[in-house]
Amino acid sequence: MKNFVLKSVLGVSALLLLASAASAGTLEDVKKKGFLQCGVNTGLAGFAAPNDKGEWSGFDVDYCRAVAAAIFGDATKVKFTPLSAKDRLPALQSGEIDVLIRNTTWTLSRDSQGFDFTGVNYYDGQGFMINAKKLSGINSALQLSGASVCVQAGTTTELNLADYFKANKMEYNPVVFEKLEEVNAAYDAGRCDVYTTDQSGLYAIRLTLSAPDDHVVLPEIISKEPLGPVVRQGDSQWAHVIRWVHYALLTAEELGITKANVQELTKSDSPEIKRVLGQEANTKLGVDLGLTNDWVVNIVKAVGNYGEVFESNIGSGSKLKIARGINAQWSKGGLQYAMPIR
Amino acid sequence: MASQDITPAGTGSAKVSLLNDPRIRGYIYQLVVLIVLVSLGYWFVNNTIANLQRANLATGFGFLDGRSGFDISSHPFTDYSSDSTYIKALYVGILNTMLVAVVGIITATIIGFIIGVGRLSHNWLIRKLCTVYVEVFRNIPPLLVIFFWYSGVLAVLPQARQSIALPFSFLNNRGFYFAVPVFGQGAWLAGVAFVLAVIGAFLVRRWAYKRQMATGQRFPVLWTSLALIIGLPFLAFALKGFPVTVNYPELGGFNIKGGALVGPEFMSLYLALSFYTASFIAEIVRAGIRGVGKGQSEASHALGLRAGTTTRLVVVPQALRIIIPPLTSQYLNLTKNSSLAVAVGYPDLFAVGGTILNQTGRSIEVVAIFIVIYLSLSVLTSLFMNWFNAKMALVER
Ligand SMILES: N[C@@H](CCC(=O)N[C@@H](CS)C(=O)NCC(=O)O)C(=O)O
Repeated sequence: MKNFVLKSVLGVSALLLLASAASAGTLEDVKKKGFLQCGVNTGLAGFAAPNDKGEWSGFDVDYCRAVAAAIFGDATKVKFTPLSAKDRLPALQSGEIDVLIRNTTWTLSRDSQGFDFTGVNYYDGQGFMINAKKLSGINSALQLSGASVCVQAGTTTELNLADYFKANKMEYNPVVFEKLEEVNAAYDAGRCDVYTTDQSGLYAIRLTLSAPDDHVVLPEIISKEPLGPVVRQGDSQWAHVIRWVHYALLTAEELGITKANVQELTKSDSPEIKRVLGQEANTKLGVDLGLTNDWVVNIVKAVGNYGEVFESNIGSGSKLKIARGINAQWSKGGLQYAMPIR
Repeated sequence: MASQDITPAGTGSAKVSLLNDPRIRGYIYQLVVLIVLVSLGYWFVNNTIANLQRANLATGFGFLDGRSGFDISSHPFTDYSSDSTYIKALYVGILNTMLVAVVGIITATIIGFIIGVGRLSHNWLIRKLCTVYVEVFRNIPPLLVIFFWYSGVLAVLPQARQSIALPFSFLNNRGFYFAVPVFGQGAWLAGVAFVLAVIGAFLVRRWAYKRQMATGQRFPVLWTSLALIIGLPFLAFALKGFPVTVNYPELGGFNIKGGALVGPEFMSLYLALSFYTASFIAEIVRAGIRGVGKGQSEASHALGLRAGTTTRLVVVPQALRIIIPPLTSQYLNLTKNSSLAVAVGYPDLFAVGGTILNQTGRSIEVVAIFIVIYLSLSVLTSLFMNWFNAKMALVER
């Protein structure tokens, strides 16, 4: 709570106080600073959470590292700012972070509140989770009329929830908290019958409950939640960098470039791989973006390609075991589609 | 050198430089401060506008008319749904803040007075217990007290399906459900009767006071008032054939259905704020009573007044004069501390406003609304307490 006041006040005072001298582009600022300040989750397993060594790890965290690798050739030049749902956008607005990569849904109103989304790194949808042991017999969200529902404040979740129950003429009692731990604790203590958020989030949260196996995620998906990185509006150079880091990760997967073989592939004969890895004579693709020509090599060396980032953090290589589903490459029936690097 | 400047007394203001004239100098200082303030304000406004434009942010309060789109768990005094406007949502938040503040202030005052008097008790155990109370609650941050009550409530109370059944009510970790009367047609007469009874009770009191001043005879004001206030509405009810039904809570579906509900969020916030603030009020009360000279009660005893009467008519009125001003600060603190509600998910002004800020991105506007409303609440409390203080002030005769 304190944090939220602080951030809003910071945001407001930034608006009041900052002399209007236009600052240089974010990319220049970040290079000058020597590190990237990346806004992430406060602790959602698989997406962004400190691991047992105290290092940040997760899907979104790897995206931050990939950006750092693209800019500095060094994935460690990144600092993380954990942000609750309510804090995240004010923190970006006030300049406390350079980029927000924290399961944030791309919506029209956020786009027109002074932000720019640079892409969708995870296609998600909102779901419901219940304690199947206590509520046996419930296997559809349409049976939830009269339930108490735990939800986090300042999310699209809160709004979809209201729409869904209204559209289906059901009643519910919202129990709204600001911090993720508070929602989790209240749900675990039985304060609510239902937990609702992005489905990926539900799987992650289920792992942290006292008896994960008692809880099931109901089949209904009630919304579209395209999650992606966000930057401040009006700095297209910076937006391009973040956008193309995402496309670079996807392209690497498409071309079969992996963490293990990227060094070797720099000597490849394939014109496309050569171009993407910056090995084509006289190409300046990376430099024109404001980076170096070997930016993709640096990204893939640091975190692997999109598929590797996915599988190791939230897919088969993780506890979450989320299937690629609609996040598969377009060529495999999914929605992930990189614009051509050329 | 200096001696030449001395002008003989009485010859008026002679050759003193204008700058050395204290009055002129005062004006100049004030003018300078004013100019600095105005230009600072101008600079703030200008900067804000420029920065907002640069950040591509819209401004103005027009967004408040938009559909909120989110639900609020507790809105006891108004109809609210996700179709209502943001302004209605804010209104619900303000009412929730005021509810917990008013109920909290009343409870804190009662507990505070009991503990404060208890600390002056002749009974060793009572005295020590009250001291322990004050020291414990005064030294814990209020947020912790709120969490303590919240986790306590959630941990101790059973799930909905194992609710504790009490007479006309249920208790579980979703809150306290109790039966409420639903008034039917004609119940308005009882309302009117109640108002009339209260006015009547006041008139009786005035009359009794005058009579005692004139004749020295006492009149049982308390009993007459009680009889009036209970009896009259009852009569009115009876006249209309008791047009009232009761809405009982009962087990159903996920939860208890029917009745009225006090949720654990309100409960924990209310208890925490009351217990926390009461510890400060207790100290204020103790200081107030101690502040009345011993001679006062001795003189009162000497005049033949009994102990109870002495306390009521001599000690307390004088103590109140010492108690009220610091008490006002405690009331303001409680009101402001109620913004800790977000921690347990109670939808007060701060929580609801925060959600609006987040959904609309209008930080400047929402923070301005926060400032104006908390300021108004505080000013209203202060005004009321100042009025009360003036009423209690020593009337010189
Ligand atoms: N995608 C939704 C919701 C995202 C969200 O905040 N989800 C919650 C629940 S999974 C979360 O990640 N909270 C983590 C935190 O507060 O640190 C949005 O952008 O509004």
